This record gives sequence, C-alpha cells and structure tokens, in this order.
Amino acid sequence: MKKIRVALSAVLTLFFITGLLVVGQAATMKIAMVTDVGGVNDQSFNQSAWEGLKRAEKDFGIKVAYKESKQDADYAPNMETLTDAGYDLIWGIGFLMGDAIKETAEINPDQKYAIIDFSYGDETPQNVACAVFQEEEPSFLVGYIAGKMTKSNKVGFVGGIKFPLIEKFEYGFMAGVKLANPDAEVLRQYAESFTDAAKGKAITNNMYQQGADIVFHASGGVGDGVIEAAKEKGKWAIGVDKDQNFLAPDNVLTSAMKRVDNAIYDIGKRLIAGEFAGGETVVYNLKNDGVGIAPTSDKHVPAKILIEVDDLVAKIKAGEIVVPATKEAFDKF
Amino acid sequence: MSRLSVSLKEKFLNGALSITLMSVLFGFLLGGIIMLLAGFNPLEAYWVIIKGIFSRPKYVSYVIIYSTPLIITGLSVAFALRTGLFNIGAEGQYIMGALAAAAAGYYLKLPMVLHVLAAVGLAVLVAAFWGGLAGWFKARFGVNEVISTIMLNWTALYISNWAITIESFGRQGTGKTYAIQPSAHIDIVGQWKRTPEGIAFLREHPMLWDILKSPVNLGFIFALLLAALVWYILNKTTLGYELRAVGHNPQAAEAGGISVQRSMVVSMLIAGGLAGAAGAFQVLGVSHRIATLAIMEGYGFDGIAVSLIGNNSGPGCVFAGLLFGALKYGGSKIQDVMGAPTEVINIMIGIIIFFVAMPKLIRMILAYRKRREQS
Repeated sequence: MKKIRVALSAVLTLFFITGLLVVGQAATMKIAMVTDVGGVNDQSFNQSAWEGLKRAEKDFGIKVAYKESKQDADYAPNMETLTDAGYDLIWGIGFLMGDAIKETAEINPDQKYAIIDFSYGDETPQNVACAVFQEEEPSFLVGYIAGKMTKSNKVGFVGGIKFPLIEKFEYGFMAGVKLANPDAEVLRQYAESFTDAAKGKAITNNMYQQGADIVFHASGGVGDGVIEAAKEKGKWAIGVDKDQNFLAPDNVLTSAMKRVDNAIYDIGKRLIAGEFAGGETVVYNLKNDGVGIAPTSDKHVPAKILIEVDDLVAKIKAGEIVVPATKEAFDKF
Repeated sequence: MSRLSVSLKEKFLNGALSITLMSVLFGFLLGGIIMLLAGFNPLEAYWVIIKGIFSRPKYVSYVIIYSTPLIITGLSVAFALRTGLFNIGAEGQYIMGALAAAAAGYYLKLPMVLHVLAAVGLAVLVAAFWGGLAGWFKARFGVNEVISTIMLNWTALYISNWAITIESFGRQGTGKTYAIQPSAHIDIVGQWKRTPEGIAFLREHPMLWDILKSPVNLGFIFALLLAALVWYILNKTTLGYELRAVGHNPQAAEAGGISVQRSMVVSMLIAGGLAGAAGAFQVLGVSHRIATLAIMEGYGFDGIAVSLIGNNSGPGCVFAGLLFGALKYGGSKIQDVMGAPTEVINIMIGIIIFFVAMPKLIRMILAYRKRREQS
C-alpha cells in the first residue's frame, strides 16, 4: 500500500517537473499532414502523400510529421493540434477533409493549409492551397493499353464509391478502351466501399467469369481484392494511384499513377521558395508530371503499344485530345 | 499493524473504485513498458499526453467534446447491463440517432429551441425503437440480444450510408449530407465566432478565442443531466427497482410479480434512446452533418468499455468517459510529436479494461452459475 503510494507520488512529481520545462521552437521549416481514416499505410494516396513529404524532408532538410484520423470527427481537432504545433504548412489528404480544412482555415487566418483532391473554386480562402488531379488522363492511357491487349474484347472497371472523383477514372478509362478497340465492351461495377477487399475480389472474379480478361480498379483498399483475383485466375489487373506492380508482379499489367507525392513535393518546394499557392487551385496532369502510367509497364506491355501511348501523351499535352472526365463528355467523345 | 488498518486495507482492496484505479495505474505502467520496448521514452510520451490534455484551455475543451458521446453511450450500455442485458448495439443506435438528428436538423423548419428539441426527440425515438427491437426479439422469441444487436449495427450502418445517397439529403460528391440549419445547433456562439466582428473581438481576448477554436457546445451539460437521470431512474423509481431486480435474478423478479419480458423491452428502449441522444448531440453540436461510414466509428463500442470502467453507474460513466476522451484526444498527440504509433494508446486502454474486467468477469461468471443452479 505504502509502496504504491510512494510510486504514485513519484510518477506524479515527475509529470509536474517535466510539465514545467519549456521547449524551444525549431528554426527549420516544418510541414505536416493529416491522413483520412485510411491511415498512413493504405497502399494508396495517403501513403503516396507521406512519401512525397519524406522526399521533401530529404531534399530540403525540412521537418515533417503526420497525424492519422480514426473517425470523421478527428479531422478538425487534428488540424487544430498541428496548427498549435507551429507547422508552416498543414496538408489534409483527401476530399473528405474539405469542410474541416475550410472551417479551421477561417478561424486561423495566419496559418497555411493545403488539401488534396478538393477545390473550393472562387471561395478558396487565401491561406489554403488546393491540389487536384486530372485522373482521367492516366486512366485514358491504361484504357488504351487494355483495349489493345484484350483478347476477349471484354475489359472491366471496379470503382470504390460513386463519387465524381472516381467517375473521372471510369470515363477516362472507357474513352481509352473505345479509342483502341471500338468493339470492346467495358463491364463496370462499384463496390460501395474503399476498404472491402473481399468484395473487390468477388466483383472481379465475376467479371472474369463473364469473359473479361483485364480489370482496372479505382477503389483504394478494395483494389487489393481485385489484384488478388487476377493473381488467382492468372488474368490481368491494372493498378491505381501508385505503381501497384509489386503486389502481383506477373498479373499487374500497368498502373494509372496519380502522383500525390509529386504534388506534395511541388507545393512544399514553392512554399520554401516563398511562392505559396494560397487561394489557388493547382491542377496536376500529364503536362507537369502529376499523373502518368507506371514505369514498370514495359514488363508486360509490348513496346509497339507503348510507342502509341507516348504518341497519345504528346497529343494530350498539346491539347489535341481532351480526355472526357464525365458521362456527358464521354458520350460526345 | 493494527486491526483497524487491516480492515481499511481490505476495504480498499475489495472496493470497486480501488480496482478501477489500480487497473488504470497498471494500464499506464504496462503501456509504458510497451512503449519502452517499441523504442520510445514513456516518460516523454506521458508528458506529451499530459501537456496535450491540460496545457491549453482549448485542449481541455476538446477532451470534454470527445468525452460527451462516450459518456452517453456508456450510460446506454450500463443501463442495459443493470437489467442483465448486454447492449452491443449502442453503435447502431448511435448511428440511427445521428441520422435522425441530421435529417430533422436539415429538413424541419422550426424556431431555435424547438428545433433542437424536435431533432433530439426524433433521434431518441428512432434509436429507442432500434434498441427496443432487440429487446422485443429477446422477450418474444428468445433471440440473444448480443447477436441481434450486432446484426442491427450493420443494418444501421447501411441504412445511414444509403440515406446519404438520397439526392435531396446528401451533398453530391462529398460523401456527406448537407449541414443542418443553424436553428438546430447547440454550439455556443458557433456562428458569431466565424464572422469578421467575432474574429476581431476574439483576437483581443486570446483565452476566450482559444477555447472557442474548439466546437464548444451544450452536449456535455446534457450528458451530465442524463447521467443524473440514469442514476435517478435506476435507484429512486419503481421502474428502476424492477429493472434491477430482473438483472439480479429474473426468476425471483417474476415470482415477485415483475414482468421480465416487459422489463427487457423497456430497458432496451431506454438504452437505445440514450445512445441515440449521443448521436444527436454529436451532430447538433460538433459535426452538423453525417458522413458516409467506411467503417464503424466505435462510439458505441467504446461505450461498453466506458460502462465497464465506470462500474455501470451514472456518475461512474462520467468519470470513465472523461478518462477515455482524454486518452483518445491526448493520446493521439504522441504521433506527430514523437512519431510514436497511437496504437500504444489503444493497447493501454485495452490493458486498463482487461484489469477492470477481470475481477468483474469472475463475479459475473459466479453470478451466472448461481442463477443456472437455481433454475
């Protein structure tokens, strides 16, 4: 009893002593990010964002940190915590944080924020930078590859939840398939989830059974199941966000890369140069290496097709091809 | 040692409060050892946590905001447990309550106080129905409430996600609903603090501004009132006496003229209503909208732990909820400051519950066996 009491008071005293110490502020620039509920190891865009920050840390000698969110209600307090910690720039990863960032930015007008995948348009606060991607462009390129390489004239698309963001992948992909192979059919299904890998696997198996031989996914964690199904059935899958070839080297044909890391790195670089893109929306596309196809594509895709893809890239950059991102635009394509 | 101190020692070791306090201490100690093994300095981590909870008024305010829903879902679980029912369904009842409050807050057009009352009332009704359903299944068909409430949790999650896809309710492309109307807010000066005048005024009052940077709202006061209400119903009313009698010994209660089946339904109705109120206060005071749920957010599941640590009593849930809220809010700060994984905090919470539950688990098993032998 007495021992416990002594130990307890000792612990408490320690807390108070350490609590009285004051920490000095570091002089180097500091950038932090708040992940969405996917967490920092999601094999997808949260992880890509963190890789971008790590690269910036190495190249510019800045200090970086991340904070994971466990639930929707964590976004705003996580922003507040990082604001108090004196970071020069705070990232919100994902459009789900749109409201939280705007509300926090309004009551902390002196703090700089940035958000991935969301634009407030004309209402963007002066202390917020938005980074959005033209996801339809890489989807178009992998769609072209799929259209050229399918032997059954049937390919598949698995989406996460039917948000306009995911529809950009869907219609870009369909346009690519259509250009390469007007006879090919695209099977499409949404998993109504970004985490349910089992559902992704079931949907993909079903598509293979209906005769598809290549399936593209834009569905975060659901995609693990898509690639798993390709591996088991010996068919092709096309990855998304990162180069996902490492998940199944013999079955991931190519990946539609969305370089969240490049965007994070780029906006960090501008901040260090004193040119923070506050109040702006920066669009990342093929022109500025914000998107692209995976470097491992040459493993499975014939060189002849890759040359055609390079040609398409040049045409998109020159504005000769405008890739559709919505149903309306696709219908006219 | 004198006899007096021996009896004091016994009292201390056998009391429920001391078991809880010891468990918390063990949790911190073992959590520290795990951090040490993971290569982090536990004293630094605890300092970061303590600083993250107490060093600014805003942090204390956030702890209270984090605690509010946990206290109320804790009350929900505690209430059902007193009648001998294990309400795992607080999660689903919370989701239904939040959904009903978001819908009422958005669609209804009512003056200020009335709008809040209507939204909370509707949320409580819907969630009470959701909880009562499980109670009725048990009373009428003998379906174990653990199984039916788990099923109802998932049903609630999918109903909520479906509702967000309705065009007039969900804001397309955001995965969230439209924000509720200001007349349904329970925030304290939530609108004013965003206006230019508000910001200008608050800049001159840094202390006040700091607190108001968190979504300060009336939820915590309601939580305290509900805790008092639960204590009152259970301990001071005939209904509470009946419910507790059923919890202690259903056969004896039946013989004493208490309807066991009716008690089960009533208990789950009230438990469901409580969890629904938690969801309503969260929507009206903090989030102002609901979002597509990729996973269960855990407000109801945390309520089970809060109830256990709080010894299934009204006041106990308030303190356990505050502890939980503080650990959840302050604990997450070791991530950005030290780069330590927040999982350590979850392990710590787990250890605390483990130790709290152990003596109780044994007591529960003994009580269960006794009941079996009697029947």
